[in-house]
Amino acid sequence: METKTAAVSMKNVSKTFGTVIANDKVNLDIYKGEILALLGENGSGKTTLMNMLSGIYFPDEGQIFINGKEAVIKSPKDALSLGIGMVHQHFKLIDVLSATENIILGLEGKLNIKAASGKIEEICNKYGFEVNPKQKIYDMSVSQKQTVEIVKVLYRGADILILDEPTAVLTPQETERLFSVLRKMRDDGKAIIIITHKMHEVVSLSDRVAVLRDGKYIGSMATKDTTVTEMTNMMVGHAVTLNIERPDPVNPRPRIEVQGLTVRNEEGILKLKDVSFTANSGEILGIAGISGCGQKELLEAIAGLQVTESGTISYVEDDGTREMLIGKDPLRIAEMGVSLSFVPEDRLGMGLVGNMDLTDNMMLRSFRRGHTPFTNRKPPKQLATDVVKNLDVATPGITTPIRKLSGGNVQKVLVGREIASAPTVLLTAYAVRGLDINSSYTIYELINEQKKKGVAVIFVGEDLDVLLEISDRIMVLCGGQVSGIVDARKTDKNQVGMMMTSIGGSENHE
Amino acid sequence: MNEKKKEPFFHIVKRDALPWYKSIGIRAGAIVLALILCAVVTTITTGTNPIQVYKSIFIGAFGTSRKAWITFQNIAILLLISLALTPAFKMRFWNIGGEGQVLIGGLAAAACMICLDDKLPNALVMVCMVIASIAAGAVWGFIPAFFKAKWNTNETLSTLMLNYIATQLVAFFIIVWEVPKGSGKIGIINQDSNIGWLPQIFGSKYLLSILVAVVITVFMYIYLNYSKQGYEISVVGESENTAKYVGIKVEKVIIRTMLLSGAVCGLVGLLLVGGINHTITTTIAGGQGFTAVLVSWMSKFNPLTMIFSSFLIVFMNRGASEISTNFGLNHSYSDILTGIILFFIIGCEFFITYKIQFLKKHKKEEQ
Repeated sequence: METKTAAVSMKNVSKTFGTVIANDKVNLDIYKGEILALLGENGSGKTTLMNMLSGIYFPDEGQIFINGKEAVIKSPKDALSLGIGMVHQHFKLIDVLSATENIILGLEGKLNIKAASGKIEEICNKYGFEVNPKQKIYDMSVSQKQTVEIVKVLYRGADILILDEPTAVLTPQETERLFSVLRKMRDDGKAIIIITHKMHEVVSLSDRVAVLRDGKYIGSMATKDTTVTEMTNMMVGHAVTLNIERPDPVNPRPRIEVQGLTVRNEEGILKLKDVSFTANSGEILGIAGISGCGQKELLEAIAGLQVTESGTISYVEDDGTREMLIGKDPLRIAEMGVSLSFVPEDRLGMGLVGNMDLTDNMMLRSFRRGHTPFTNRKPPKQLATDVVKNLDVATPGITTPIRKLSGGNVQKVLVGREIASAPTVLLTAYAVRGLDINSSYTIYELINEQKKKGVAVIFVGEDLDVLLEISDRIMVLCGGQVSGIVDARKTDKNQVGMMMTSIGGSENHE
Repeated sequence: MNEKKKEPFFHIVKRDALPWYKSIGIRAGAIVLALILCAVVTTITTGTNPIQVYKSIFIGAFGTSRKAWITFQNIAILLLISLALTPAFKMRFWNIGGEGQVLIGGLAAAACMICLDDKLPNALVMVCMVIASIAAGAVWGFIPAFFKAKWNTNETLSTLMLNYIATQLVAFFIIVWEVPKGSGKIGIINQDSNIGWLPQIFGSKYLLSILVAVVITVFMYIYLNYSKQGYEISVVGESENTAKYVGIKVEKVIIRTMLLSGAVCGLVGLLLVGGINHTITTTIAGGQGFTAVLVSWMSKFNPLTMIFSSFLIVFMNRGASEISTNFGLNHSYSDILTGIILFFIIGCEFFITYKIQFLKKHKKEEQ
């Protein structure tokens, strides 16, 4: 390869928040014509580091050199003028504007949509993006929106691109398309930094990996000279095993039966259409699908949180008696004696209360107990202490507001509470979203434990590799319809990926 | 080394939780600074000795035992309204209708005093007054809560508009009941019979409101922190989705909480009409329904802190009237002082949540 120059060189960069050291004297070089995967567990300081590069934070100490010259990056504008562009995990687009309008938004100079569209098409052709400049954002799929975000930073002349977990919301096919674009950009001499938790993506895409742990820079190496195990060990700091256990279901019996479920959301848009399936006890039913294909509505309908249009959801007892869950709210369902646990997608928005401490969050499920008008904080306090101890939750104490914990610890607290009630049905939505490897495997283990106890687990996931490893059966949703239910032991990623994009997985339309 | 580049001179960093003594220290420092600034402003603008001014503020609030009693009674009333609004605020329901809820409670009490004075014995009139004023306040709280729960209407607007309706209703009934005819005033109700005048406790006409305030403070503290309903209020306030997720009926909590909020406001109306003024005017609440919003927020919804906040505001107000007469200053002058003090107290919250970090020059590099 040609000689590479360091596009970005960070020297001894430190950043502290209060007493927390987010970055401790980090040294990092990023070269042109290279894709660097930045690895690290949650809270290891990846995002903080990248935020300093893109001007959102200012380092407490250290220097940043861009193309060999020391730079002071005080704002995202400074970053852009140095050619640094970041594509955030949560898109920052305006729904009612078109792609072009979003891309030129905030730029100085005369407004010339036509010229802009031309330039956009030029960029698209160069790298193989598929964007219709006139299309409105609200009409776009997640992957199209992401494309607009990438084009936006390229349009502004970025040659150092930072992508924060870009594949979290994409199907395997879309991911592949994104990767081929990124490779083209690399070949064009751009420096690309990608933050991801999915190790197979690191292996297939990156040229080099850099590892952070506890805010410190651990090391970097060429991807081809390393292995997934080595990288993971560096991230975690000790050896970990990366196998998800899949015990055979013991004595599976139907537990939740869904028949012809149809749901419309508040705007009257059809979110689930004629969905029917059975979830068995002692079994993990994986739910795959592009995000927003009705997973949320399905789980919330079972949990009694979603108004349904038609269809039935019944809970089957061990002795075969059935009880209808549909039309009942969570309180009624609990009063019926059905122990149903639900780990929702939006943990702090739905399952937990961010400003309350661990004890009060534990109490959410149990505060009604007792006959006095007063709450009894003793049992939840005990539960909080137990969960912190058993699940190894990193927290200053059980009186800490839960929003101050990192994502993985928040999830442990939520899962810990939900399984403490000895559920017979466990619904989980994106249980490991945003969690690092270590925490993810803890969560998988907890879920597997529940399965072994005979709990019917419904596991909505986004990482197909994980879904294929952990589930017994996988139901694929596509646009709110059941695309098919497959045996997870006998299928592969390609088949499931196909089913995600078209009903039944036929290949005849793109 | 490289030439020094321009770097931001300071930046703002979020603090971890401060130990309680530090946060109290910051607040105390803010009050001291505010007093110093007030003194400077006083000297520059009026030429009077600030020590004298402070002295007369104090005398205005506590100079005689009567003044002190009135100060405490005013504190009690402001504290009660603040306590009434607090459960609603904790629920993120912006009840700025305290004024109207107090007025309508007062109106109900006055109505009982005027219409029942010759029909029922005094004790029964009082029972009717208590029930009527609490119920009236509760209804005034219920109306916006019901619309919010059913159709998600904006409670800020509806509670605010209900204030005007209450004021107009009071204005209307003043004309109906005016004594003497044509005066546009009601005057002291039942001046001779004293029917419906709330009893004096231990011979003091001020003590009743103070005792009620003490009881409601304790009640509210326990209710918000240790009761199931208080817990539900917090959950609904923090996240409606979480509340639904654990089976809390959000609509029910909203309506129940506003019934309570309005009821306590109605009780204040009763105290104002039956216990303190023995008459009703459209301004009997005196804007305290709005001041209470400030008190409640300044105290971060903690009933015990509210005692201090309402003390501070009432103290300044009472002292202010004193200095305006003593030094021939306009009454607005006291508003300026109160404004300065509030500015510092509210402003210091910033320094409790954040700290400002000045860029340290790296000495290590210059070895």
